[in-house]
Amino acid sequence: MTMVNVSRRSFITSAVAAGGGLMLGFHVPVAQAAGLVNADASKAPADGVEINAWLTIDPKGVVTVRTPHTEMGQGGMTSVAQLVAEELNVPWKDVRAMLADAHRHVNRGQEYRDMSTGSSNLVRNRHPHIMQAGASARERLREAAAQKWGVPRAQVKAEQGMLSAGSNKASYGEFASAAANVKLAEEPKIKAYGDWWLLGKDVPRMDVAVKVDGSAIYPIDVRVPGMVYAAVKACPTPGGRVKSFDASAASARPGVVAVIELKQTKDKLANSDLRSAIAVVADSFYRAKTALDLVKIEWDHGPGATMSFAAMDKQAVQLMSTDAKHVEEVRGDPRPILAADAKALKSEFMRPYEAHAPMCPPAALAHVTKERVDIWSFTQDVAALLRLTANQAGRETKDVYVHATYQGGAFGLGNAVDLPRQAVELSKQLGKPVKVIWTREEDTAQTRSRPPVWAHFEASLDEKGLPKAMLSRAVAEPNVPAYADRGIANIPYRIPNYRYERHVAASHMPVGPNRAPGSNSNGFLMEQFIDEMALAGGWDPLEWRLKMTEGNERWQRVLLKMKEVCGFTTKLPRGQGMGIAVVESHGATVGVCASVEVTRRGSLAIDKIAVVSNTGYVINPRAAHEQVRGCVAWELSHVLYGGLDIRDGRVNNLNFNGYKMLRLPDMPQVESHFAMSQDNWWGGFGETAGPPLPPALANAIFFATRKRIRSTPILKHDLSWA
Amino acid sequence: MKLALSVNGATHEVDVEPETPLLWVLRDTIGLTGTKYGCGIAECGACMIHLDGQATKACNLNAAAAVGKKIVTIEGLSKDRSHPVQKAWIEHTVPQCGYCQSGQIMSAAALLQKNPKPTDRQIDEAMAGNICRCGTYLQIREAIHAAAKTGA
Repeated sequence: MTMVNVSRRSFITSAVAAGGGLMLGFHVPVAQAAGLVNADASKAPADGVEINAWLTIDPKGVVTVRTPHTEMGQGGMTSVAQLVAEELNVPWKDVRAMLADAHRHVNRGQEYRDMSTGSSNLVRNRHPHIMQAGASARERLREAAAQKWGVPRAQVKAEQGMLSAGSNKASYGEFASAAANVKLAEEPKIKAYGDWWLLGKDVPRMDVAVKVDGSAIYPIDVRVPGMVYAAVKACPTPGGRVKSFDASAASARPGVVAVIELKQTKDKLANSDLRSAIAVVADSFYRAKTALDLVKIEWDHGPGATMSFAAMDKQAVQLMSTDAKHVEEVRGDPRPILAADAKALKSEFMRPYEAHAPMCPPAALAHVTKERVDIWSFTQDVAALLRLTANQAGRETKDVYVHATYQGGAFGLGNAVDLPRQAVELSKQLGKPVKVIWTREEDTAQTRSRPPVWAHFEASLDEKGLPKAMLSRAVAEPNVPAYADRGIANIPYRIPNYRYERHVAASHMPVGPNRAPGSNSNGFLMEQFIDEMALAGGWDPLEWRLKMTEGNERWQRVLLKMKEVCGFTTKLPRGQGMGIAVVESHGATVGVCASVEVTRRGSLAIDKIAVVSNTGYVINPRAAHEQVRGCVAWELSHVLYGGLDIRDGRVNNLNFNGYKMLRLPDMPQVESHFAMSQDNWWGGFGETAGPPLPPALANAIFFATRKRIRSTPILKHDLSWA
Repeated sequence: MKLALSVNGATHEVDVEPETPLLWVLRDTIGLTGTKYGCGIAECGACMIHLDGQATKACNLNAAAAVGKKIVTIEGLSKDRSHPVQKAWIEHTVPQCGYCQSGQIMSAAALLQKNPKPTDRQIDEAMAGNICRCGTYLQIREAIHAAAKTGA
């Protein structure tokens, strides 16, 4: 086993601290955020007046913005408030944020349009209608003042929470009630980039203070009177079912309320369909969990019972040398050129299954009564949660209330599990509020993991050493095979003859989105082969990428910035290496330059990770830099230590002792740079700095050791060199 | 079995099986949910508390073993987020999802109590027991240095 030892020779210069943006005063809306749980968002907070579904203004001019999206650590709550405040034109110190009410959205014509959170969509794709909500409120305030003062609206200024026209002056708070009744003949347009005063400036995230004293409430923390706790166990082999069970020992334990079999009603399971499982309900979670261990369950392990990842890998490797049925003829036909070239490059790579393992194990509390259904749950979409709850309870959506909580990480898993159905079903059967908590082991066993991917590449070079023909053949798993296409079927490099093919290897393991789905694993495959092609043709990897993306402004901007700030070179002595990679995902083009040292005996030190992001625009540089650092840590966990150990049809490394995570001592220095195109397309920051990290690291290790890393986790490979 | 536990300066009489991990007694019996469950096997540090001043993982400690000792949880670190570590955490906007941060803060506070000016290597050692999936490690390191400057 190779050891990671992070060198501190070049100690961190914080990109966050060095950022040149205006640092606004720290204002933390403690009371609002702390009162999050059980707050009835359909009512205006305190004495605030609702101008529209998105915001209220109180007499003192304090604006409370309702965030339809889930706050799971990426700062969405702050982003929505910032987008609204930009248009409304209020001082940031007067802005508060709270999570919006799904009941109102679902039952009143979807007034927030979409409450889902994922795919880096919030700022990227939803800023127009979020900014519109702020602009509309501002214009209605102006119109209300114009009517009162008897002047045209055009003469009323709305700036920093104040309305004014000539000698007339009033705060937004004074006109809030009148503005709420104004109907505009025409909705205003949103501001263009050059007119921003708040977007593009650093603002501290609004959910920080409640997360330093234990007061932030996550689904696992919710307590209501009369509640009981449930521990559940579904078949460790996905697709398996309970054949029979003996609950006598468990039922005799103190505090046990019931042992219940959750029945699977569908044969083919979609993401959140209820699976066959055993639940033990007790007066404390510890009693439920320990009693569950005493239930003797006989499983029908189903068709996946004998599957192993080793067997899947073997099948994938065999498939890679055969033609595939799924074909995308991107340009020309590389096959005759490759067949005629005895020196054609050939290369293969693999990445395994990975779990999300959010720090907060999935939990849900449901209370089903005659009058109504209440739910608090792990989710990334409170509106979808509401509909799912109504469905499981057999009730109308008007009778279902979702209570928003913070989420302790989600990373794509938030909509993909049957957990809320379990809580609803148990509460329905018992007539009590039931809180279901998945143990860490249950979370890993029942996760819908990041899919594995394999790729076989072939290339033929011309007299300049550049590729004239290339074939990429991926092997995907069967559930979401299209993830394998991302960044492989569509490459930015202008290779005259390019063909993509895709096979599918058999597996019963459920999969789902996981921070930058597809791109997260595929970058490791493609961007290493790019380096192999460049080096075979005698090209510097950075110059090769510049040459092959000529005319592609987004990529050129990133690559030129990397050239400027990274000091990339291939001329380091053996044992040291720098590696680069660029991946486009979720609207963002991001490059990473990794600097490593590897001792002769194979001990790896990551000296520095430099990241250059082009997301078009950035609204909160400080939060963006924080996400970049987080994405680097996220991928480092998987690329260094990861890989689910699947044997006998099940995951065997279920907890952090077997499924290792990056820890603070192994976190390298990260420099975060921007290279923004600012040409009217928007990318996201929540997941896009991850995908180029693994290939940049592997390319750096290659230069240090001359060993090509063909699979992850990297630390399973012998990195020693002579 | 009835046990008397001293938590954040108050005595709580609890009636639990003596082998119940302190984590679940704090969360489910006493109602202090700031101490988090992350793994249950003392790998992740989300449940870090102070036991007689020592950073201790509450998921791995029987409630009976905590009798007669002084337990401090995140709720008892300060009344108003005024502990230097909490102030530094806010200043450096350390938390993202925030779930691991109670444990991170308790580890950092215990470190600074023993060693008011830790080096990077000492921070690494003291914080190696806490996992953060959002990857806030660099902010954590910066905030600990900042708290050391203001005097934790």
